[in-house]
Amino acid sequence: MSDYNFAYLDEQTKRMIRRAILKGLAIPGYQVPFASREMPMPYGWGTGGVQVSAATLTPEDTLKVIDQGADDTTNAVSIRKFFEKTASVDTTEETAQASVIQTRHRIPEEDLREDQILVYQVPIPEPLRFLEPSEIETRKMHSLEEYGLMHVKLYEDIAKHGAIATSYAYPVKVEGRYVMDPSPIPKFDNPKMEMAAIQLFGAGREQRIYALPPYCQVVSLDFEDFPFEASKADHPCDMCGATDSYLDEVIMDDAGNRMFVCSDTDYCASRRKAGHVGAQAAAASAALKETAA
Amino acid sequence: MYVAVKGGERAIDNAHAWLAEERRGDLNVAELSVAQIREQLSLAVNRVMAEGSLYDPDLAALAIKQARGDMIEAIFLIRAYRTTLPRFGASAPVETADMACDRRISATFKDAPGGQVLGPTFDYTHRLLDFALVAEGEASAVERGEARAEPTPHITEFLNKEGLIQTEVDSEDVPGDLTREPLELPANRPLRLQALTRGDEGFVLSMAYSTQRGYARNHAFVGELRIGKVPVEMEIPELGFAIEVGEIELTECETVNQFQGSKTEPPQFTRGYGLVFGQSERKAISMALVDRALRWEELGEDNLGAPAQDEEFVLYHSDNIQATGFLEHIKLPHYVDFQSELELIRKLRREAMENTMPVQEAAE
Amino acid sequence: MTPLLKVENISKFYGHRIGCKDVNFDLYPGEVMGIVGESGSGKSTLLNCLAGHLDPDTGEVLFEMRDGAMRDTVTMSEPERRMLSRTDWAFVHQHARDGLRMNVSAGGNVGERLMAVGARHYGHIREEAVDWLGRVEISETRVDDRPTQFSGGMQQRLQIARNLVTGPRLVFMDEPTGGLDVSVQARLLDLLRGLVREMGLSAIIVTHDLAVVRLLADRLMVMKDGHVVETGLTDQVLDDPQHAYTQLLVSSVLQV
Repeated sequence: MSDYNFAYLDEQTKRMIRRAILKGLAIPGYQVPFASREMPMPYGWGTGGVQVSAATLTPEDTLKVIDQGADDTTNAVSIRKFFEKTASVDTTEETAQASVIQTRHRIPEEDLREDQILVYQVPIPEPLRFLEPSEIETRKMHSLEEYGLMHVKLYEDIAKHGAIATSYAYPVKVEGRYVMDPSPIPKFDNPKMEMAAIQLFGAGREQRIYALPPYCQVVSLDFEDFPFEASKADHPCDMCGATDSYLDEVIMDDAGNRMFVCSDTDYCASRRKAGHVGAQAAAASAALKETAA
Repeated sequence: MYVAVKGGERAIDNAHAWLAEERRGDLNVAELSVAQIREQLSLAVNRVMAEGSLYDPDLAALAIKQARGDMIEAIFLIRAYRTTLPRFGASAPVETADMACDRRISATFKDAPGGQVLGPTFDYTHRLLDFALVAEGEASAVERGEARAEPTPHITEFLNKEGLIQTEVDSEDVPGDLTREPLELPANRPLRLQALTRGDEGFVLSMAYSTQRGYARNHAFVGELRIGKVPVEMEIPELGFAIEVGEIELTECETVNQFQGSKTEPPQFTRGYGLVFGQSERKAISMALVDRALRWEELGEDNLGAPAQDEEFVLYHSDNIQATGFLEHIKLPHYVDFQSELELIRKLRREAMENTMPVQEAAE
Repeated sequence: MTPLLKVENISKFYGHRIGCKDVNFDLYPGEVMGIVGESGSGKSTLLNCLAGHLDPDTGEVLFEMRDGAMRDTVTMSEPERRMLSRTDWAFVHQHARDGLRMNVSAGGNVGERLMAVGARHYGHIREEAVDWLGRVEISETRVDDRPTQFSGGMQQRLQIARNLVTGPRLVFMDEPTGGLDVSVQARLLDLLRGLVREMGLSAIIVTHDLAVVRLLADRLMVMKDGHVVETGLTDQVLDDPQHAYTQLLVSSVLQV
C-alpha cells in the first residue's frame, strides 16, 4: 500500500483534523465542524473514528481496535487491518499495551492512563437531534445553553415508565457547559468518562469532532430523586467471575438458556489467565475432569 | 462449553474471496474489459463520475466492474479514491457557452440560433426490447454531418436581452468547496449546487418531481438543455496565464421559471440551474428544478413547507454515500446497546408487573 | 415608583410599509396594559418588538432587571434576551399550539420552564405542575396526557400555566382569547382576571376584543395604521373615547 500516505490521509487533511481536535480539546464537549473525507469504509462504520485515529497515530504508536468491547468483531478486525496496511503501526489486543484505542460502543474496563488516547466512533453526535431535527436550531440551542428540552425528555420518560428510559448514548454535561452525546456506549460506561486519558470523538458522516481532555468533569443528566444509575446485568461473568464488568448475554441453546460473559474480551481473557474462574468455566472444567477419569 | 466467537478475521477473508468469485461469474463467459464498460455502458460511467465527483471514465468503468454493477458501490469506490488525490489547484470556470454541443434543445422556443439538435437521445425511441442486440453484431455506419463552427449561444441570453429573465450576477467570491470544508447552514447557492450535482440521482429526481406535483411548484420550462464537450483551463502561477489541460463532457440545463414579481420588481422569469458531468440529462434537469425550489427565500417567495424548499433537508439527505453507509451500518453488531435495552425493558416490565400484582392477589 | 418597562420611540417598517411608528409608553409593576386596534393596526408587530421576537428599526425597550437597573432589551445579547424570556418574561400566543409542545405531556409542558432554569427534582417539578394545572382548572388526572388530547380552551389554559409557572415579572399576551368559542372565552377571561389579581401580574395584552381589555386592562392604547391614536385609563377610553377611530371602534362593539 505504498501508494498511500501514512495512515491513508494526506498530511494537509491530517493537519485540518488535528486543528479540529485541538479546538475540541480546548472547548470540551463542543462539536467542531470538520471537512470529513470519504474513507474507504462506509459512512456509519467508523469513518469519523478512523479519520481521528489517522490524524492521531504516529509510526511509534500501538493501536488497539474494539467493537462492542471485543477485538475480534468483524468491524474491529477490518479497521485494525486498515491501519496495519496503511500505517504499518503495531497493533495489540491488550488494553495496557495500546497507546491509541479506537472503540465502537464501549470503554475498556481497565482504567486508561494519561499516555493513552481513546478514539470513539460516533454515529449521531448531536444529543438534541431526536428532540429537534434541525441542525441550525440545535447549534443555536448549544450556543445559548438552552438545555431545558433535554430534561423534558427525561421527565417524560419517568412520567411514562417510572424511570429514565435511556440505556445507551446517555447524555452528559461536560464541565457544566455543553451537553454531549457520549456515542452509543451503554450507560454503564458513563462514569468512566472522567478519566486520565484523552478522549476524542469522530463523526464522519455528520462532519463533527469533539473531545474530552483528561480528568474533565462529565456528569450524566438526571433528577435528584431519579439519580443516574450505571446499570449492567446483575450477574458475575460466567467465564472469569468478574462482578465489575459489563456483560454480554449469550443464548446457549434452543431452550433459551443463557450465560453472561464480559463484553471486554481482553479484560476477561487476562482475568482468566490470572486464575479467575467463573461459574460456567468451573462447571465445564469439572465435567471435563470427570470424563477424563 | 461456551467459546466466544472468534475468527472475525477468517470470516472476512473468506467473504472477500467468495465476493471475488461472484463478481467474475461463470468462467465460461468472457470477462468484461474496463474499456468495454467505458464504451458500452457510458451512461453508467457518467453517473459514477458525476456522483463520485471525479472525471475519469476509465476509473469509473473500473469501479463499475469491481462493484459488480452496483452503482452506489462504484460511486463509493471513486469517492474513497478521490480522498487520496493531492489537490494541485482549481480550474478556471468552464465556459459552457463555448460548448461543442452534441445535443442542444429548448422547450421554450420552436427554433433559435444554433438550432434544436437532438443528438444521441432515448427521447423518441420506442422502448421495445431490441432482440437484435442479443446477436452481437456490428453497428452499421451512420451518416456524418459537419459540426457547427461558431459557439452556440445560450437561449436564456435572448430572454435576458429584453430583461425578461433575472440576471445572474457574477460574484467575485471564491465559492466554498463542499469536499474540503464542513457544510455549515444556511448554505449559499454555490454549495447547494455542489451538493446537488454530486447528489443521488434518484433523490434529486424525486425532489424535483415533488415540486412538479405541487410541493413548491415552480412552473419550470426547460429553457435549454445542452450536452457536449468543454475545454478545461487552469491558470498556472509560474506562467501567469491559463492553459488548456483537457476537456470534459457536461450536461447543462437552465430552466425558465415564473416569478410573480414584488412591489419593487416587475414580473420576470427566473432560473434554475443544473450542471452535471457527462451525459446525465435526467439529473441535470432535476437539479435545476430543485435549485429553483431552494431559492425561495432569495426570490421572496413563501416557504410552503415543501421538502424541496428545505435546504437542510435536501442537503443533508442528497448524498447517497452518506445515506447508504448509515443505513447499512445497522448491520454491524449492536449487541452491547441491545443488552442495555434488554436490561431496561426487563426492569420496566418487572416494575409494571409489581404494580399490578397486589391487585390480583387481593382478588384471589 | 419606577416603571417596570419603558418603551421609547419604537418603530418597525416592512419595506415602505409601516409596522408601527414612534410608540412610547411606561408600564408600572402590577399594571395591565391593553393594546387594541383592528387587524393590521400594528399591535401584534409592536408586541413582537417588545417581546424580542422582532427587531425594531428604531427605539428602546428598557426593562427593569432584578438588580434594579434598566436595560435595553433590543440591544442586549441573544443569550441574555433568551434568558429573560424563560425567566422574567412570558408570552401567551393566540394559538396554543404555537406556545405548547404538542408531543409532550401537560406536566412536561408546565415543567419545561422550571427545568430550563435549573429545577432538577422530578417530584417537585411534578407537584408544581399539578398545582398549576389545578390553578387553570385542569384535573390532575390529565397531567400525563398530551395537549393534542385537550380541547381548545384547555390547551389555552395549559399554555397560560406553562407561562406563569416560573412567576414571570412581565407577561405578553397576543389575542389570548382569539379563536375560542364565546362561552370558552368567558371562562378563560374569568380565570385570567383571577390570576392577574391574585399574582399582581404586570402584563401587556394585545387584542381586538374590547371585552377582554374592559375586564383585564388598567390602561389602554388604541392603535391605527401603526400609530397610537389614543391612550388612557381603560374606563375613560372606552366610556369617553376622544379620537374618531376609537369612537368607531367602541360603537361597533356596542352594536354587537
